[in-house]
Amino acid sequence: MTPSDRISAAFQTRQTQQQLAFIPFVTAGDPDLSVTCDLIRELSAAGADLIEVGFPYSDPIADGPVIQSSYTRALNHKVKLDDIFAAVAKVSREIPTPLLAMVSYAIIFRSGSERFVQRAVEAGFCGLIVPDLPGDEAAEFAQLTSQAGLALVQLVAPTTPAVRLERILKQASGFVYCIAVAGTTGVKEALPSDLTQMLGQLRKQTKLPLAVGFGVSRPEQVRGLKGLADGAIVGSALVKFLTPKEGETLDLPTAKQDVKQLANDLATAAHG
Amino acid sequence: MTAASAAPPSASSQVPDEQGRFGEFGRRFVPETLMFALEQLTEEYRKAKQDPAFQQQLDQLLRTFVGRPNPLYFAERLTQACGGAQIYFKREDLNHTGAHKINNTIGQTLLTLRMGKTRVIAETGAGQHGVATATACARFGLPCVVYMGEEDIRRQKLNVFIMRTMGAEVRSVTSGSRTLRDAINEAMRDWMSSVEDTHYILGSVVGPHPFPMIVRDFQSVIGKEARQQSLETFGRLPDEVVACVGGGSNSAGMFYPFVEDASVAITGVEAGGRSSTPGEHASTLSYGKKGVLHGSYSYVLQDDDGQTADVHSISAGLDYPGVGPEHSYWKDTGRVKYVAIGDEAALKTVQYTARTEGILPALESSHALAYAIDRAKQLDPSKIIVVCLSGRGDKDVYEVAQLTGQSL
Repeated sequence: MTPSDRISAAFQTRQTQQQLAFIPFVTAGDPDLSVTCDLIRELSAAGADLIEVGFPYSDPIADGPVIQSSYTRALNHKVKLDDIFAAVAKVSREIPTPLLAMVSYAIIFRSGSERFVQRAVEAGFCGLIVPDLPGDEAAEFAQLTSQAGLALVQLVAPTTPAVRLERILKQASGFVYCIAVAGTTGVKEALPSDLTQMLGQLRKQTKLPLAVGFGVSRPEQVRGLKGLADGAIVGSALVKFLTPKEGETLDLPTAKQDVKQLANDLATAAHG
Repeated sequence: MTAASAAPPSASSQVPDEQGRFGEFGRRFVPETLMFALEQLTEEYRKAKQDPAFQQQLDQLLRTFVGRPNPLYFAERLTQACGGAQIYFKREDLNHTGAHKINNTIGQTLLTLRMGKTRVIAETGAGQHGVATATACARFGLPCVVYMGEEDIRRQKLNVFIMRTMGAEVRSVTSGSRTLRDAINEAMRDWMSSVEDTHYILGSVVGPHPFPMIVRDFQSVIGKEARQQSLETFGRLPDEVVACVGGGSNSAGMFYPFVEDASVAITGVEAGGRSSTPGEHASTLSYGKKGVLHGSYSYVLQDDDGQTADVHSISAGLDYPGVGPEHSYWKDTGRVKYVAIGDEAALKTVQYTARTEGILPALESSHALAYAIDRAKQLDPSKIIVVCLSGRGDKDVYEVAQLTGQSL
């Protein structure tokens, strides 16, 4: 079984029971890597089917204020790539949940693409999501990940025209990350109606599972995706709990409790 | 891109290719949400370029609204004082709004209208691009939002006031370094959610394809005029052309028409800041490595993990950790030589040029002038150097006063 197969298996388990996969996101190193590992264990225990680990980046264009400031906090604490891989290598062996790296191409390129892929495999990642490497630019890199047995998850946006879909899906593996709203990551009140149309179109063109993210934050939104998608990705709503209030330090026990509570509710909604 | 490709023997002006590559540099590293807008812009620009009516409207606006062509000016007293090569200024400072930036914003505003988009966003560092965008938008009645770093808002109050007077909304950016780099991030984020009805007028030759090409083309009017004026004035091409490089738009516009003129030496002048220590300068081509920033593959100032480095320059317009991909191409092909001039030299040159020529240059342009003055001293009086005086220094007076211990 390749690392990528573990992702497919995770979706399959839920699909056969007509449930959604619950895919939470956590920033590596906010507030520090030991808390990150605790959170990964908690999320796994709460019923996460896959977990996205965000690699802090100084210039994350696709992210809204919550994840952006979480990245800034992690970088202010001088979290380094070596430390992230070391921490993930440890925690990935303790839990059954497959881990995905959400990472900017700027980081991958600086590290060296081959070397980065190798390190990701060694750390126990099953796939990569590279939000600034669109399908058109991904061919070369997709070869590397595929040789290593890693999934390279492709993103599809509401602004993606049909002609682009084909090009993007050619490079896709693991699952398709469906961006629910044109915009950055972050909590949105409601998911748009044209999402249904986008998911329907994708179903016709790919057999890969479809997971919806960007703007998904509440259990009722997750429930609303049932029968349309195969997974729900929640990031900002969870990361928000780790944001210290203005002028205060973070109350860590409360933050962890809040993350756990919401993760439980989201998992119940996805699996119910 | 992972395999290091051999540098081509010489730089071509037939770049970029369809994928937006200048040699190995450029391309598109942006979220999928923006890809369609970039394809649409590429297509619309291709059509506009072939449309005589578009070109005619642009030329008319450049003539009557911007004030082009601007002169090629002989800096006689500066030349005498140097005792070497003759120094000429390409007077972009005489454009409407006081800098070269408006060449691009007029062009891109016309593209906005062609695409049927109804709102414009922009980023700005020194404020010159923000002012030029606000001005072009006011001229065509388009609503305009300008993202500007909090630190730059402090340094460039005058331009903030002008933008607001022109009806633009100036949004303060408080994330990260609070300068140009974060203003670009914020503008891109706005565009992620507004791309259907909004055009992003990027102000430099940076970012994903087709921006580096479009901005270069609109700025090339600088080099085209300078080349023509040289032929008319001296009966030959200059021996060297010089311009400052932050993101690199005035320099790209100045250099591009000379790229295939083998007899012309070309020099780009980066911001040397306080020293060559990381964090104390903004000399991306002199000290940077190849990497990805703001959707493009180019030289960049980063740490070993790929995190963008902090940079410093006295000049807000050069305070940027990246550079346009075509400059990286010109550097690696050896077509353009890139040097660094520090804060202090730039500041002194503002005062020196003001007293010697009666021209107050922008701090940005002053980096190019400082190099040209040094260079002229090494060359024979028969040689000719043309410097792009990219903008006037009015916007810098508060900063210059403060730095020289005066108060206004």
